[in-house]
Amino acid sequence: MDEKVQNTLLEIADDELILGWRDSEWTGIAPLLEEDVAFSSIAQNEIGHARALYELVARERGITADELAFDRDPADYRCAQIVELRLLDWEKAIARHVLYEAADARRLERLKASGDAEIAGLAAKIDREEIYHRMHAQMWHDRLQHEPRYTAALADLRPLLDKRGEHTAELAELWEEMTMVRRSQPAGTKW
Amino acid sequence: MVTEAQVWDALSEIPDPEIPVVSLVDLGVVREVNVADGQVHVDFTPTFLGCPALEVMRDAMAERIRALGAEPQINVCLDDSWSTDRITPAGREKLRASGFAPPAPREAAAPTLVQLQSNAHRCPYCGSTETRLENIFGPTPCRSLRYCATCRQPFEQFKTI
Repeated sequence: MDEKVQNTLLEIADDELILGWRDSEWTGIAPLLEEDVAFSSIAQNEIGHARALYELVARERGITADELAFDRDPADYRCAQIVELRLLDWEKAIARHVLYEAADARRLERLKASGDAEIAGLAAKIDREEIYHRMHAQMWHDRLQHEPRYTAALADLRPLLDKRGEHTAELAELWEEMTMVRRSQPAGTKW
Repeated sequence: MVTEAQVWDALSEIPDPEIPVVSLVDLGVVREVNVADGQVHVDFTPTFLGCPALEVMRDAMAERIRALGAEPQINVCLDDSWSTDRITPAGREKLRASGFAPPAPREAAAPTLVQLQSNAHRCPYCGSTETRLENIFGPTPCRSLRYCATCRQPFEQFKTI
């Protein structure tokens, strides 16, 4: 697996890990109990996808998925800015969800056609689960599509889908929280 | 010397950690068992990638194989070989009997929201198809929540993937 392919997988894995973290922030505070359940479940799936993708890259590099997920400097993450933001306005969270799931679907289609059978197989497996995320996004899009606050959020967030390489300040804050427990012990600690 | 049949029997006694009415063999997550030179090689395909039960399943399989006096090698296959169609007929019936609606069979095209909302989904308690989707998601990634208007019973529906 060459460097370019590894970086593509890391891009997706980082998106899924960071978005999973942000989605989990809705646990217990969503406007409906049903949405506490939905976003918690989506977060769990996204982090599961991140783990599987990290494992492919980690094996190539002779390290662990945890090291890739947590031990890199925030500047080295390859995620897009759209997943980094702490969006605790419902219409913004839904706008991100709708934009991200559509972009992720296109990316997974390309990955499913990969010449590397392992990558194509994992992409197909991930996509089976993502179908349900897309249904959830579609359901909320149908409900909110004529709401000005929602359409404004779509317009504001759309450009951030492709913004990679430079990060928002919110990624560093998230990374501090995300890795706090892991960093509380020396590197190499067996948890 | 342990045989493949003995390994399959042992694995069929391991309950799913989250839905213990079905075994790992009922779920269809054991794809292949090979025995060679005292080593038991198992190809295991996870259901949902984020499922926390995966580690528990893997450890439980290793433990059972060791109890048979063989050395386990559990290979986790992250490919696309598992779908809900791999759940055995016996497994589906056990799910239904304990109040989980088994997954609808896969179709050529991917499942859609309209299907979840409009297709006939049978209540595992009373058999009525007067049920409605309450939530695409449920207590674990593999389940949706539905409500039966006939017997007024909420129930969990295994997602089709």
